[in-house]
Amino acid sequence: MDWHQLWTIISLPDNIPILGLMVVIPFYSWYAFRQAFANDRLIEQLEADPEMAKTHHRKTQPWQKGWAREVHVWPYLLRIEFLAAIIVTAILMVWSITLDAPLEEPANPTLTMNPSKAPWYFLGLQEMLVYFDPWIAGVVMPTLIIVGLIAIPYIDTNPLGNGYYTYKQRRFAIWTFLTGFIILWCTMVVIGTLIRGPGWMWFWPGQTWDHNKLVFEVNRDLHEVLGITDPIMYGIFGFIFVAGFCLVSAWAIHKLLTFNEFNRKILSRMTLLQYLTMQILLISMVALPAKMIARLLFRIKYVWVTPWFNV
Amino acid sequence: MADETTKTKDPGQSTDGSSGNGNGMLGIDSDAIKAMAADDIEALKKPTKTDLYKSIFRVKHDETPRSRTLGVLSNVFLHLHPAKINRDAVAYNYTWGMGGISFYLFWVLTWTGVLLMFYYHPTKVQAFRDILYLEHDVPFGKLLRNMHRWTAHAMVLTVWLHMYRVFLTGSYKKPRQFNWMVGVILLVLTLLLSFTGYLLPDDQLGFWAVTVGTNMARATPMLGHEGPFGIQMGMTAYNDVRFALLGGSIVDSNALLRAYIWHCVAIPGFAATFMIVHFWRIRKDGGISGPAPMMLEKEIKPLKR
Repeated sequence: MDWHQLWTIISLPDNIPILGLMVVIPFYSWYAFRQAFANDRLIEQLEADPEMAKTHHRKTQPWQKGWAREVHVWPYLLRIEFLAAIIVTAILMVWSITLDAPLEEPANPTLTMNPSKAPWYFLGLQEMLVYFDPWIAGVVMPTLIIVGLIAIPYIDTNPLGNGYYTYKQRRFAIWTFLTGFIILWCTMVVIGTLIRGPGWMWFWPGQTWDHNKLVFEVNRDLHEVLGITDPIMYGIFGFIFVAGFCLVSAWAIHKLLTFNEFNRKILSRMTLLQYLTMQILLISMVALPAKMIARLLFRIKYVWVTPWFNV
Repeated sequence: MADETTKTKDPGQSTDGSSGNGNGMLGIDSDAIKAMAADDIEALKKPTKTDLYKSIFRVKHDETPRSRTLGVLSNVFLHLHPAKINRDAVAYNYTWGMGGISFYLFWVLTWTGVLLMFYYHPTKVQAFRDILYLEHDVPFGKLLRNMHRWTAHAMVLTVWLHMYRVFLTGSYKKPRQFNWMVGVILLVLTLLLSFTGYLLPDDQLGFWAVTVGTNMARATPMLGHEGPFGIQMGMTAYNDVRFALLGGSIVDSNALLRAYIWHCVAIPGFAATFMIVHFWRIRKDGGISGPAPMMLEKEIKPLKR
């Protein structure tokens, strides 16, 4: 256990936001789900008791008859904004006085930094470079993330859970988002920052970042594993394999979408276009962990090799 | 003039300032001056009654609903707020305040950024020296640079958390779909702002981070010289999308200048524009999304197609 190494990584000023990330994401997840479960309990109560549903104000916030439904922005909101600004300013002041922004030596194209890392919020994409070629990890995936995020409101046909925390009414949407945001984005950022050392190699926390470490991984393409040698044949094989993967994922996603009565009801509200868009986005999302498993467990580099691109 | 000075006047009425009543050595009544001064001092005890105050604020500062409402509506900085909001909407546990904090951080970044611009030249000769100068010689220069960098990191975090909250409360749903789209664009702009700023100190950290980042652009399908079908499209290192980003085939002086202009002029301009739309649409889409009354499953209306 190399405590010094661990401290060197953690105490790097530019890594403080990642430590912050590792605190605030679990905290706010807990904070949100505590409210979601409280709301879900009230929803169950209201569903069981139609009379109560008619009269209840349908919020978990405390409520007494005679209270005004609305409050003045001045002072009830503005004082909160003012207070928030003061607290944030105080935090920034303390942070800026105690920690100095990093400044390395002057830029030198002849001296490569090892590891050379992108800014921390892009380390998820850099980590993806291990599993995919740059045109997928650096261009196609970011585009799909942006397009996918924009598409969310237009493909989510579930009218429930609009403006309040809930888990029960939006299970599929919430699981999808948590997978994308927490597992595939935040975790990858944390791995890229804290785990990946010189040569972008995997160092467990506390392991020394050995600049001379060499790992002779025999990464093979899938067609090599299967013994297909003819370039045309393995090009065709790769296409069939990728198409097969898409079909199997689509089938699994469809199973989830029709998993229960509620999911089927929401699915029946989708147009064909909405359904296909959702399938394409979700298949791309599934492809990342699938490729990670293929790479980390089975040492497979590419599944589809062509003269123009590799997947 | 002679007529006026011969008139006898009550000292209290002479506050119109035309003249005194001609009794003193210089034709000034000292008692009247004293009384006028006393009046002025008395008036200062109620600053909100002065013409100066009224001309600036226009609205009385008291606890009547009318004044509270007008205080928000007639103020250019506050008028994006409604006069009244849902009593639960001010609860911290619903919004986490992350959108507002992100905006405040953008504001802090604008000011610290403008101050940094006074000391910074986006040239290969001077950029790095300017940072050293800021750190060692400029009064509070180090604090300024630290605050700009940490605020930028904090803003990335708060923007993510804001998106997380908006998703978990389902606030992107009808009628706020478009505002979610604007929000995603703002998220991307936030990341791009932070990324373009990374190169500006012109040190090893920024240089290699931007080298790694822009190397990915080489692999853009069809538009990058190492990407799928790039060669077939006639792409080389000197005409592809990476060349356009860097103004060259390597991260050098042109890249520094381009990063500077994107960072200080273009992207803040886009971001400010989209922010205006974002805030405007919050109001137009019915204000903050909740906490809204819960909807039950059996209340789902069949779709009209």
